[in-house]
Amino acid sequence: MQDYKNILEELYKILLPFVPQGLEIEEETDLVADLGLDSLKVMKIVESVEDSLDISIPLNILPDVRTVKDFAVQIQKLIGDG
Amino acid sequence: MSIFDKFQQLAAIRQELEKSCDTFFNIVMEEIVSGTEAVINGRPTILAGSNNYLGLSFDSDCIEAACDAVRKEGTGTTGSRMANGTFSGHVALEQELAEFFNRQGAIVFSTGYVANLAMLSTLVGPGEIILLDADCHASIYDGCRLAGAEIHRFRHNDVQDLEKRLRRLEKRNTNVLVVVEGLYSMLGDRAPLADIVAVKEKYGAYLLVDEAHSMGVLGANGRGLAEDVGVEDGVDFVVGTFSKSLGAIGGFCVSNHPELNLVRYASRPYVFTASSSPSVIASTRLALKFLQKRSELRQRLWINANTLYKKLQDLGFTVGPEPSPIVAVKLEDKAEAFALWSGLLEHGVYVNLVLPPATPDGNCLLRSSVSAAHTPEQMARICQAFTAVRELTAVPQAV
Repeated sequence: MQDYKNILEELYKILLPFVPQGLEIEEETDLVADLGLDSLKVMKIVESVEDSLDISIPLNILPDVRTVKDFAVQIQKLIGDG
Repeated sequence: MSIFDKFQQLAAIRQELEKSCDTFFNIVMEEIVSGTEAVINGRPTILAGSNNYLGLSFDSDCIEAACDAVRKEGTGTTGSRMANGTFSGHVALEQELAEFFNRQGAIVFSTGYVANLAMLSTLVGPGEIILLDADCHASIYDGCRLAGAEIHRFRHNDVQDLEKRLRRLEKRNTNVLVVVEGLYSMLGDRAPLADIVAVKEKYGAYLLVDEAHSMGVLGANGRGLAEDVGVEDGVDFVVGTFSKSLGAIGGFCVSNHPELNLVRYASRPYVFTASSSPSVIASTRLALKFLQKRSELRQRLWINANTLYKKLQDLGFTVGPEPSPIVAVKLEDKAEAFALWSGLLEHGVYVNLVLPPATPDGNCLLRSSVSAAHTPEQMARICQAFTAVRELTAVPQAV
């Protein structure tokens, strides 16, 4: 069972290549406004998270994800729902 | 704050793109000369960007059938299939489609977009799952969104990834509908359908195949990819369109599930749309007959497809993974894509320019499509135009 902290660490690792130089990634980092992710990049990141945590992420959750924290919370919920 | 504020980003992108190529946003077919020629910017131009695969949009018999239907039944039905909009032609076309695909039932929709919207939004609902190929058409994504089901994607044409996801979702113990296309519209590549059918059967999922670009193009009888690879029995629902090989507009779904007919009563995009006009139904019915009888059209289409694919490969362009009537050139640089597209237009050839995010992998695509109606002379002119604009690119010369 993954706890929130582990999920967050995993997300930081996956998001690292997308973080602009000089920016420190944190829970409140906004995926679009701060990291400048477009829809294609978001899809690639979703695939990486799915592979890394062996879960399936429905696209339906994405409108509720704005920050890294939002993403981690949704993933935690998915893992909890089994 | 204005209701239009949210479009400012789009306006800025368009303004920027217009600097590179103002013609792109102002393409008008000023005069349609034939299924493969039009006048654009006052200049006769070969159309190498239509989906008129069998060239039937200008078939004289189809035109005559459409004219006759207009005279007898009027310009429109002015109503839904559920009300006053079911004419004898709609019912006859449904029977003919079911017979052509060897299926128990068929439903005709007003457009291909509506066919996907109607089927996907109705077949699955809350608590159920749609698992679609990442490169599926926007109409499929929109139908999924309307369904209220959980939407999951698998990597394009990656059967292992599909199986991995089916395995993860298995414990959910709910209905899963897998959705793929026969021939993908951007790169013209085929789904690995035999493997997909095997996997969906292993996990007890349903399978919907959109044969929009493959009907009339693939299969000994033109029924599409499922016929071509011999797995029609493993496909639960086939969706297709009349606006490509059949040269008109409209869509359909065929299936052996006897419950297909119930979709009519539950599908809002079916119920709340006016039905296809009589002229469209009449030309489509005849085009469907020609698709079956005139296999020489398919042969000519493939000669043209192979000709252009090989030529562009020889010129050193990065094309799609396999020959098909859709021949797409991948370009990383927008300015280069605009230069090539404009150059082709100046040489009297129109192709589609597709920009990200509508393309896979974020590349620009010069998307050509050929028709059985392209003459050898027209094909030679299309190839000459690509040769002429070749020097505008940074693509290394082929050895």
